[in-house]
Amino acid sequence: MYLFLCIVSFISVFPLYWMVSAATNKSADVISGRLIPGGYFMENLNNLLAAQNIGRAFGNSFKYAAILTIVSLLVSSLAGYGFEIFHDKAKDTLMSIILLAMMVPFVATMIPLFQMFSKAGWLNTTIGFILPTISTPFLIMMFRQSARSFPHDIMEAARIDGLSEIRIFFQMFIPTMRSTYAAAMTITFMNAWNSYLWPKVIMTDANSQTMPMVVANLTEGYVTDYGMLMLAVLICTLPTAVVFFCLQNAFAEGITGAVK
Amino acid sequence: MSKSKKMTLSKKQNLMGWVFLAPGAVLIFIMSFVPMFRALVLSFKSGVGANMKWSGVSNYVRMFQDTVFVQSIKNTFFYLIIQVPVMLIFALILASILNNKDLRFKGLFRTMIFLPCATSLVAYAIIFRSLFANNGLVNLVLVNLGILDQPYAFLTHTTSARIVIIIALLWRWTGYNMVFYLSGLQNIEYSVYEAAKIDGASAVQSFFKITVPLLKPTILLTAIMSTNGTLQLFDESVNLTNGGPANTSITMSHYIYDMSFKYVPNFGYAAAMSFLILVLVAVLAFLQMKVGDKRD
Repeated sequence: MYLFLCIVSFISVFPLYWMVSAATNKSADVISGRLIPGGYFMENLNNLLAAQNIGRAFGNSFKYAAILTIVSLLVSSLAGYGFEIFHDKAKDTLMSIILLAMMVPFVATMIPLFQMFSKAGWLNTTIGFILPTISTPFLIMMFRQSARSFPHDIMEAARIDGLSEIRIFFQMFIPTMRSTYAAAMTITFMNAWNSYLWPKVIMTDANSQTMPMVVANLTEGYVTDYGMLMLAVLICTLPTAVVFFCLQNAFAEGITGAVK
Repeated sequence: MSKSKKMTLSKKQNLMGWVFLAPGAVLIFIMSFVPMFRALVLSFKSGVGANMKWSGVSNYVRMFQDTVFVQSIKNTFFYLIIQVPVMLIFALILASILNNKDLRFKGLFRTMIFLPCATSLVAYAIIFRSLFANNGLVNLVLVNLGILDQPYAFLTHTTSARIVIIIALLWRWTGYNMVFYLSGLQNIEYSVYEAAKIDGASAVQSFFKITVPLLKPTILLTAIMSTNGTLQLFDESVNLTNGGPANTSITMSHYIYDMSFKYVPNFGYAAAMSFLILVLVAVLAFLQMKVGDKRD
């Protein structure tokens, strides 16, 4: 059993280790199978900076993902809270209609969205990037689920004390549901950072391209500089890896809440 | 008097609820349902830009005569039928091993197996493309071990290109599904397993008699999510094999993208193809829910 787990863990980690080691080696060394980190990191970095505007792409991706995460968490948690705390028949029906949206594949909405957004002048803008995914059925469901465990008597007490509904939400719900917010944040940030199809559709200008787009551009060409390419892949992976490590436990907790 | 006051209070709260959920609900309607219906309308038109004309069902007829699109449907289903069951079974086995209370280094194993999920789809597609390249590490190892005489072009042969995509998908998503199962397992009292053990049940027996039935809702959820995701596969097809060789590994979403934004844009035709995906997702989700219900 331990052997099995070790093999699976090795397979899981090895490609990532290879990515890190390749990022610090010369392309020729990577091809010849060198697996230990080398001293070619700065050269790879300089080549990369000369080949593509990585700094700008990183900045763009970070800006889009950060703004989307903040807005999305606010809008989706407000909705999830509204659906659960003030639930009645009409709202429950609306919720099941909204859940149907989970079944709508993105490609089926992509073309009309592109037409809508280009008419509105939102190509190459942050609003164009974030608008389709601010509100997602999955997040609303997750927050609705967690609002179920929000103690009712405390809320009643707060109402009697004259706290407004908005303040109950901001001063009591948000602080209590920290782990749900952390899980939602992990999921939203990762999805936003990693998204590829939608930015490829609306970010037509090189100035507004995202990190995954720029990394994908690097593979076009006949000779691949593996050291440089893997460094780009590494840089593209770092932010999501950091978010993942910081919020790992909260993520698992939040998922547990959602699966119940 | 107090009753009427209560009424207005609950009315006020009811209204408050609508205020809370309005932004989220409105956005989903405008960003999901409205475009979906516009895509349906668009799928009955053809032409370019402002010169779109009604063309009846011609886009739908064309779809099934388009050899590349038919190929992309076959490819997508090939990935779906092989990858999703293998991945879910594997994730389930891993989760039940990691659920064992006596296991040491549990957290470490869990983190390592979940780690691939921290990589972006484009990033891991490029890592796998590099590993399986002609001058990549996999070929190097196989040649040095004497299994191959010379490097094999994994990505330019149809079968191996598809298998590489499946391997990559398994690598990226197994840990993700495992986390869902691990969370589901925490809702099962561990004493149930201990009691089964005392009664002489083997690990395999308690897996099939306890874990699988009790996790059914979670299994259903992950099956629907993975099916949905696989039908929309895009990043891997673009960045790992670029649909090649000769479109034999291209996915439906990849072809729709090319049809809309790479070649001369044909939005009507692309919308018709995308609507087929929508129907497929709906039908498969419905079937899965039916099967999931029956086993009760």
